[in-house]
This record gives sequence, C-alpha cells and structure tokens, in this order.
Amino acid sequence: MSAVVEAAPAPVAAPSPAKPRGRRRRALAAVLVPLGFALAVLALWEAVVRIAALPPFILPAPSNFFSVLVARHEPILMMAAQTARSTLMGFAIGVSIGVVLGSIIGSSRAIYRMVYPALIGFHTIPSVALIPLFVIWFGAGPHIAVITAVVVCFFPVTVIMATAIATSAPELDDVLRSLGATRTDVMVKVALPRAMPQFFGSLKLAITGAFIGTIVAETIAANAGIGYVMVVATNNMDGALAFAALSVLAAMGVTLYAASLFLERRLTGWAYRGR
Amino acid sequence: MARPFVEFDRVTLTYGEGEEATPALDPTSLGIAEGEFVAVVGPSGCGKSSLLKLVSGLLKATSGNVVVAAQEVTAPIKIVGMAFQNPNLLPWRSTLRNVLLPAEIVQPHRARYRRDKAPYVERARQLLRTVGLEGFEQKLPWQLSGGMQQRASLCRALMHEPSLLLLDEPFGALDAFTREELWAVLQALWMQKPFTVILVTHDLREALYLADTIYVMSARPGRILLRRNFDLPRPRTLDSTYDARFVQALAELRAHIAEARTPVPAFA
Ligand SMILES: Nc1ncnc2c1ncn2[C@@H]1O[C@H](COP(=O)(O)OP(=O)(O)O)[C@@H](O)[C@H]1O
Ligand SMILES: [Mg+2]
Repeated sequence: MSAVVEAAPAPVAAPSPAKPRGRRRRALAAVLVPLGFALAVLALWEAVVRIAALPPFILPAPSNFFSVLVARHEPILMMAAQTARSTLMGFAIGVSIGVVLGSIIGSSRAIYRMVYPALIGFHTIPSVALIPLFVIWFGAGPHIAVITAVVVCFFPVTVIMATAIATSAPELDDVLRSLGATRTDVMVKVALPRAMPQFFGSLKLAITGAFIGTIVAETIAANAGIGYVMVVATNNMDGALAFAALSVLAAMGVTLYAASLFLERRLTGWAYRGR
Repeated sequence: MARPFVEFDRVTLTYGEGEEATPALDPTSLGIAEGEFVAVVGPSGCGKSSLLKLVSGLLKATSGNVVVAAQEVTAPIKIVGMAFQNPNLLPWRSTLRNVLLPAEIVQPHRARYRRDKAPYVERARQLLRTVGLEGFEQKLPWQLSGGMQQRASLCRALMHEPSLLLLDEPFGALDAFTREELWAVLQALWMQKPFTVILVTHDLREALYLADTIYVMSARPGRILLRRNFDLPRPRTLDSTYDARFVQALAELRAHIAEARTPVPAFA
C-alpha cells in the first residue's frame, strides 16, 4: 500500500504563495523605507535644535512646529485650502489652454514654424517676474495667484504638446488614412494618444509650476493662502508658524505629484511595457 | 468585357524631386476584375508596396490614372482594407480595439458602431478566432509576437468587409506552419464571399496557392514583366502544392523571376 502511495506522481505544486506576499512586502517597503528615513531626519533635527539650544525664530524643533500645527490647525487648513484652490484652478485652466494651443500649433507645419521660436522666447522669462505686472493690470488679490499659476503651467504644456503632435508617425497615420479617416480622426485616434506620455511628463512640470507660482504670488500680492501665512509668520519672527506652513506645503506638493504619477501610470501604461 | 475593377493607365511614380528623384514605377498599365485574386511578385525594392499605396490612394501617381470601382483615385478610398508590410498596430490599443478601428472610422459602420457596438465586437472576436488569436483580445501589441501582430493586422484589414483587400507581404514574418495555415484561412474567407484581393509576396508558392493571376515585376524602377493566369482548381490544399500542374507553374515563375532580378555582379 505504501509503495503505491510513493509511486503516485508528485502532486502539481500549488501556486506558490510567496509571490503575492513578496509583492505586498515590496509595496509596504516602498512606503515604510522613505517614511522611516523622513522620521530619522526629523529626529536628528529635533536633537540638533535641543542640543544647540537654537531659538525658534532661527530654526524651530519639529515638536515645536507640529504642536503649532495642531493648535492652530483651523486657520492653517483654511489658508491651505485657499492655496490648493488657486493651484488647481490655475492648473486646470493653464493645462486646458496648453493642450488646445499645443495641438493647434503642432498640427500645422506652418503655424509650428511661425510660433515655436516666439513660444520658446517667452518660456525663458521666469513667469513669477510678471507678478508685479499682473498686479498693475488686475489689482492685488487671490486671483493673482490663479493667473500666475495659469501662466506658469500653460508654457510647458503648450511647448511639449506642440512638439509631440508635430513629430509624426507616418506609418500609423497611413493606417488611418487608408480607411478614409479625416484629419480630426487622425488627430483624435493617433496623434493625441501617441502624445499622452509626453503630455503627462508636462503635467508633472505644470503641477509643480502651478504650485510654486501660486505660493510666490501669495507672498507678493495676496492676503490669503499659505504663501501669505509665510509672510505674516516671518514678519512676526514666528519660526514655528512659518515651518508649520512649510510642512503643509510639503505635504500638498507630495500629494499633487503622487496624483499625477498615478494618473500617468493608469493612462499611459502601454508606453512602459509592463516595466 | 466589363470595365476592370482596378485599372492602371500608364501610371508612373517618382519619389522626391530634382536631384533626389527616385523613379519607383515605370509606366504601368493593368486591369484587375472584380472578385479576382491577384498576386504581385518581384525582387525587393521594385515598387510593390508603392503599387499598393497607389491603388489605395495613399500615394498620388506622378503621371497616369488609377481607377478603382469606376472612380478615379485622387485620395484614400474607403472600400479598401489594407494590411501593411509592418503590422502598424496602435500601441496603446488592445488587440481587440485595434481590430475594431475600421468600425470607428469607415461609414456606414461608423454610425452603426456608435449606436450598437456588440455586433462589431462579435465580428472582431470571430476574426481573431479564425487566425488563432483567441484569448489575446485584451493584450497590448508589445505583448504579442511579430507574427501574432501581423495576424491581428490582417483581421483589422478585414473588419469593415472591404470589397478590395490589399495585402503587403502579410505573412512574411510568420513561421512556415502558421503561414500555410493562414493561406487556408484566407482562401476560405475569399471563397465564402469573393472580394478583390491584391497580394504582394516574395513567396512563389504562396502566390500560386492563393492567387489566380500573377504579375511578375522587374527590378527598380518597377515594370510589369509578365501577367500569367493559372487556372488551378480550388480549394487548394497543401497537398495540391505537390500536383504536377502546380509544380510546373512554380518552375515557370521561378524562371521569370530569375530574369527579373538584376544579377549580382560577382555571380553574373
Ligand atoms: N518614401 C519614400 N521616399 C523615397 N523613396 C522611396 C520611398 N518609399 C520607397 N522608396 C523607394 O522606391 C522603391 C520601391 O519601394 P517599395 O515600393 O517599398 O518596394 P518593395 O515593396 O517592392 O520592396 C525603392 O527603391 C525605395 O527605395
Ligand atoms: Mg515592400
């Protein structure tokens, strides 16, 4: 009897559970390792401030500005929401203008050759240098932050979209043309999808740009937003408040970046070929 | 005799201009009847792909007239299904959505497809099944081998039931077994409901297996050296490629091809 059992073919190995567990562990590590690093830096920071007994207006300890963050979370959150609103509104408007303008410029050789050099010329002007002009034209206020964000975003998106659309794929165009496709069909079904990887690359530039543009505008020409909080805090030598505001900015920046990265992976996975 | 379905009247094609002008096609006249299965063979670079692009309207003739279905071809025409020398699948679309592409573009399918996608999806799946791509519908092109991409491209060319099918070495990248399987598939599709086919190939057995009329082209600039009609019985099978008549026709074509090639000096 036992001989028969032994002679039976070995059962096919069940799919090894190691794989999903390994993947989960890797995913967990991808979050925990950078988090641990950040905590270590904060701990070192805390130690340095305490040992050197630095005054808070030079460099506050993390425990100090986190307690300020908790204690004054209501006004800080309100200001953060104002900054987020300006950033996202400017981003949305700027990107929309950029996509439309870039597609138009890229789809015509003649327009491309005419407009592109001027576009690059404008692009080299730091957009924040224009904020005083915006104040003269539109008056001070929170809308200056939105306008600055629009201007900062729409340049990279326009330039990158124009280039991506202008570099053609004649073989793929031929597939559509051989079916009697219109120019619009070719645009919608080949040129735009093909430009998606570059488009998302430009989105990452645009979102960080919109954010920086908003903050700078708030420090110069607004009475609301995290940029404004920074100005008030530094004027009052309130280092703890300034750093509390900065930590909110850092968190917002990381969130925005992660969101665009997530979208990019979802929509242009084909370009990564599973990597 | 009725007017040919595809008609070339002293058509020439030259790429580029001035110093860089490359003549690709010398004056060519031909007529292909509706429902005819034609194969074009010739040495590489002789202008076979260019010939197909002239028929489809992707290229404009430098001189002469191209007429398809009694209409002069001046722009791409929609009754054509074309499989290019490279599979040219859209890399961001799944296999199924690549095959569905013509339904999104060619009228009247375009309007019907917008209202009700189901019959088209069913047809696309059916086509993929006949070429052995069942189970790969949701894969992206880079996940398929070159031969599988080529088969998907063939399905795409057939999707909108074109009355003129243009095939540019569609089986070139396939292994011998798959290639011969697909000959049978294509022949069956064609015998079910004959449509006009122009097949470009460098495989003489393939040309004889599939086509009724064979054109032999000369080296660049291309010119038609020979038009030959072999009335071999259908349906043809792999066995019939060993029939005396098939073998004899093959030998005859081989001799003409040898003439068509520019001899390599060292071996001349
Ligand atoms: N876009 C092009 N521009 C310039 N010359 C071309 C182009 N396409 C093809 N040719 C030339 O035309 C000739 C015929 O090309 P093609 O039709 O692709 O030949 P085949 O398909 O028979 O190999 C070749 O000599 C090739 O160099
Ligand atoms: Mg070719």
